[in-house]
Amino acid sequence: MLEIEDLWVSIDGKEVLKGINLVIPQGETHILFGKNGSGKSTLLMAIMGFSRYQVRQGRIRFLGRDITQLPTFERARLGLGLSFQRPPTIRGVKTGDILAACAGGKVSYQALAAAYDFTGFLDREVNYGFSGGEIKRSELLQLLAQDPKMVLLDEPESGVDLENLQVVGEIIGRLLQKDRRHQRRDKSGLIITHTGFIMDYINADTGYILLNGRILCSGNPRDILQDIKKFGYEECIKCRR
Amino acid sequence: MSEVKERAEKSRDKKAAFGTDLELTDFSREGGKWEYDADYGRFAPEERRHLLRAGIELTDVEHAGTFLQADTAVVHCQANQPGVEVLPITEALKRHDWVADHLWRLVAVDADKYTARTELELDNGYFIRALPGVRIEQPVESCLYLRTDRFAQHVHNLVVVEPGAKLHIITGCTAHPRVNSGLHVGVSEFYVRAGGQLTFTMIHNWAEDIHVRPRTGVRVEEGGQFISNYILLRPVKTVQMYPTVTLTGPGAVASLNSIVIAHPGSEIDVGGRVILQAPHTRAEIVARTITTGGASISRGHLVGLEPDIKAHLECRGLILAPTGHIYAVPELEGRVAGVDMSHEAAVGRIAAEEIEYLMARGLDEEEAVSTIVRGFLRVKIEGLPPALEEEIEQAIRETGKGM
Repeated sequence: MLEIEDLWVSIDGKEVLKGINLVIPQGETHILFGKNGSGKSTLLMAIMGFSRYQVRQGRIRFLGRDITQLPTFERARLGLGLSFQRPPTIRGVKTGDILAACAGGKVSYQALAAAYDFTGFLDREVNYGFSGGEIKRSELLQLLAQDPKMVLLDEPESGVDLENLQVVGEIIGRLLQKDRRHQRRDKSGLIITHTGFIMDYINADTGYILLNGRILCSGNPRDILQDIKKFGYEECIKCRR
Repeated sequence: MSEVKERAEKSRDKKAAFGTDLELTDFSREGGKWEYDADYGRFAPEERRHLLRAGIELTDVEHAGTFLQADTAVVHCQANQPGVEVLPITEALKRHDWVADHLWRLVAVDADKYTARTELELDNGYFIRALPGVRIEQPVESCLYLRTDRFAQHVHNLVVVEPGAKLHIITGCTAHPRVNSGLHVGVSEFYVRAGGQLTFTMIHNWAEDIHVRPRTGVRVEEGGQFISNYILLRPVKTVQMYPTVTLTGPGAVASLNSIVIAHPGSEIDVGGRVILQAPHTRAEIVARTITTGGASISRGHLVGLEPDIKAHLECRGLILAPTGHIYAVPELEGRVAGVDMSHEAAVGRIAAEEIEYLMARGLDEEEAVSTIVRGFLRVKIEGLPPALEEEIEQAIRETGKGM
């Protein structure tokens, strides 16, 4: 579904991603691990096509189409959906209006909000005065309304209190069709996580460690997480040498 | 000569405190001749559509009253409900002895040449009154209309909301589609008696070479409430106004909201001042300004004279063109201990990350900008005609284009 080939990305002239190669087949969810500042968020932002993230080399293909030069909104319309780690606050714009735009009349955003106890936020300004957990719920409900084929999640559990963690996990499970048998899943995901908490709610197929803009290794995401917890990222760097 | 006339005479050429100084000899005092039009039969469809853009529906249905003045002539004036009076000010002066005592009390006749000329060369104006305890739910519609090119219109308006009464006035000020230049001077004095409630919504829809000088004073007594909404979305040459609201009785409340778009060539100097003169009064001034190339000065002044008052001033500006100019001047003046006054002001452009955030949800750039602009200008005004709401939407869509 998503193929990334030798991707080099810079921000404000500084090289951040240095030759990323990645393939995520339909129905699979992959996990990105890595230290802060290693380039994980940059990869998600570059896939979404934000202007600050300059692709120097390589290409991104989605559903067989080269989207490297496509504007962000067209990528979204093709079926890419991103949950931001720290989305902006937009004063005056109501959360309900964005959910309505995401839903595009295809689903009832009011019903989605009601299902996840979010109705009271629909009239509030986008992310204005939201807690960490409320921001994530807002992000994920927007994705549910958008119904993307490929879900990109940037640290969906960060800043979320225990009460909200469960809901966040459930929504992500629904986005990635956790309840379906593997062969029947058609949504794919690429998720950044530090804690691995989210892996209890989804079926993660492959994990990667991204360090200094390069993918150092890949494998079973649970094994990778266990190694990181036990030995830290330093061991990972040594292992590659 | 009366004392008021004498003061006016002495100030006939006095420069205003703010705004571009206008040479009054550049304008004509010869307005068009219009007869009374009981059923609005003389308005052509094109003119009706144009008036609608200023919120004027030209119907007596669903309005508690209507008043329409073209140049010097009162073309339509009618009260449609018991408990509300709508008259030309000249007629009200004849009918009620006390009306004269209410003029030039809240606005000084010698404030500047515009107030002085209004006294010396009056072209009428409206008198609207809600009788004691009468709650009028439907709005009174008033329209001050420039119908002759280069004409300088001088009107004096008086609104009285008697104790416990409720009134909403929607006033649309506009010029005929063929009128390009002119001057509108509107002196307005509003009295909100104890427990009264006045909502005053003013929509300006002028033309590129028209100058506008409203002069407004408001007095709100104990427990009274005054809400002002000002909307200016279309090009105009200059607007300068600085309405002053005085809260004279405990518990009185004022809320001044404005949304202004300064187009290239426009110079908009809009302020709001609230004097909190009694304990437990509250005031809020909220200004939203966008420039697409024009100059906008947004002034706000809160004066706290008694303890236990609460007042807040908020001014936000968006610059959507490289040549645009926004100057925000928030002023807080507390004269005793125990006042609670605050302000926030922010001027800038739309953050790229906000636009891209919406683009990640599938909105193209123009839709994203429009959504943000619409949110920025979001106003909640009850009782606006649907056609005016559509006009506001249209102006916002046009503002978001070409960003």
